[in-house]
Amino acid sequence: MKKHQWKAWLYLAPAVVFLGLFMVYPLVDVVVYSLEEGYNSASQSYFGIGLYNFSYVLRDPYFLQAVKNTLILVVITVPVSTGLALLISLGLNSIKPLKKLYQTIYFLPYVTNTLAVGLVFMILFKKTAYSDGLINLLLHAFGGPTVDFIDGPYWAKILVMCIYTVWVVLPFKILILTGARASVNPQYYSAAKVDGTSKGRIFTRITLPMISPMVFYLVITGFIGAFKAYSDAVALFGTDLNAAGMNTIVGYVYDMLYGNSGGYPSYASAAALILFAIVFTITCVNLLISRKSTVV
Amino acid sequence: MKIVLDHLTKRFPNRNRKIKEEVVAVRDFTIEIPDGMLIGLLGPSGCGKSTALNLICGLETPTEGRVFFGEDDVTDLPPEKRGVGLVFQNYALYPHMTVLENILFPLGNFKGDDRLPKEEMKRRALEAAKLVQIDGLLERRPSEMSGGQQQRVAIARALVKRPGVLLLDEPLSNLDARLRLATREEIRRIQRETGITTVFVTHDQEEAMSISDLIIVMKDGALHQVSKPQTVYDDPVNHFVASFLGTPKINSFAGEVRGEMLYIGEDAVLPEPGVKDGPVTVGVRPEGLLPASDGPFVCELSRVEVMGRDTSIVFTHPAFDGEAGRAIVDAELTACLEAGPVRFALKPTKTYLFDAQTGERVRNASGV
Repeated sequence: MKKHQWKAWLYLAPAVVFLGLFMVYPLVDVVVYSLEEGYNSASQSYFGIGLYNFSYVLRDPYFLQAVKNTLILVVITVPVSTGLALLISLGLNSIKPLKKLYQTIYFLPYVTNTLAVGLVFMILFKKTAYSDGLINLLLHAFGGPTVDFIDGPYWAKILVMCIYTVWVVLPFKILILTGARASVNPQYYSAAKVDGTSKGRIFTRITLPMISPMVFYLVITGFIGAFKAYSDAVALFGTDLNAAGMNTIVGYVYDMLYGNSGGYPSYASAAALILFAIVFTITCVNLLISRKSTVV
Repeated sequence: MKIVLDHLTKRFPNRNRKIKEEVVAVRDFTIEIPDGMLIGLLGPSGCGKSTALNLICGLETPTEGRVFFGEDDVTDLPPEKRGVGLVFQNYALYPHMTVLENILFPLGNFKGDDRLPKEEMKRRALEAAKLVQIDGLLERRPSEMSGGQQQRVAIARALVKRPGVLLLDEPLSNLDARLRLATREEIRRIQRETGITTVFVTHDQEEAMSISDLIIVMKDGALHQVSKPQTVYDDPVNHFVASFLGTPKINSFAGEVRGEMLYIGEDAVLPEPGVKDGPVTVGVRPEGLLPASDGPFVCELSRVEVMGRDTSIVFTHPAFDGEAGRAIVDAELTACLEAGPVRFALKPTKTYLFDAQTGERVRNASGV
């Protein structure tokens, strides 16, 4: 037994070294940083150990703004995108002609670069000296007031951000749900048909319970993904997110490290740990709910 | 309820689009199924029996022909309006519902005036569960039950809305051998108790023989024979039916009739009065070959097999269709057998002649 043990460790070594170096050590380091008060990265010195970094971050108006933005984004985009994906995937399953074409169209955003998509959204929504943007032109044509979606009021900016996020995450969800729906044994539907089950009842009593594990998977990963939003905001509002009032938590972390006002790894670490705490809590709640309602 | 299929044909477009020719799953099916009978729809895999069943229940619409339930033409009715109960091969029980919920499900589909009060629904579900003897398992989920129990739940779910016709698609094929025996008796009992016209599809001839009132033998979408189980075995209409039914399989030989005498090879084995001269296919049931020291039919002995209560002589013959034939005999008759020629006498009632080309039955003057 002993003789074989060093062999086992040898086989494990590449993974252990790699994970330790790039996963465990940084994780521990984040916690250490977050507890070091007044850390100076140039001199590598600090005054003391305590929770000051957390209290600073929690009182920083930029951070509170970022938390608010992120929460709005999460609360709106996760249910909307999951619901839309469910509708679209069921639609895709029930049409016959051009099915493949529609599937491809709905999947295109997934393989498109985020920043390129952001550019397209700018063209759609941004007001410039030359154009009001496509959406504003449409609004104008229907007699509505024009709004600057990119540099205008808060609700307009958050709206664009939500639309953008939904649009970006939709294809993956559609793909997963279409697959889930297609893998439901067609005999269940034949059985339901022989019994004269209405379409609504088939959906609520058969389809939804059958694909519910996948729906929960999407909700959980959707929450996590939305909490980690950053590049989407950059694509739409540029790198100075604090000035635009559209920062996200991850954006705040980045700014604290490398932004114009950056150089504060301690504050960044504290913010990152707060984000972790939020995501962890919500994921636990999600798992509890899903365990209660899916029984197969 | 009586079921009448009138010149029913179902054609599918070929799956390989390059081939224009359509696939005929069911070909010109005409049959009348009497009320209250248990019917076995028997045929080899891919012969269109499931399609025939789907045509009866309405999951498929026929290309030509009509379907009648009693006096009503139901051809254009969707399945839910036909009043059929269907049990699927793998049961198709909803895995996320309990047994009770599964059985209640069809009743929950009733709308408007048909809708039953909750109490009545529950009462009916319990009644159906009692009938199939699963009333102690109502809170279980399908995954917590054995195959046989799931099968019963599926039958209860099909019966709970009191259909006029019960259809079972390969109901026993997912069960192990012992359960299959028990479950087929169960199906027979449930059918007797409810008196509901029942059609079940199977590729297992033993299954069909054991419980059906009437067997429909199908091949390549066409109807071959509709008879009582024993008749199908004793009096097959063609070579396919004769060789499909019976285990071990019937022994087939290339033979010839000359001067009202049947020859297999050079042996004159049986007089066949009234049969025209010409080549025939001879089918002899394994129990129709009787070893006799003065028997006219000479074969080469391969071996003697003893399997439980059956003792069989395995033999070869140049005119035999296949590798080796088999005769089931009394154990004491095989004691004296050694390698070399073995002589048989043929039982006239177990020997059938078929047209060498078409496989249709050729009957002699006495009708055999």
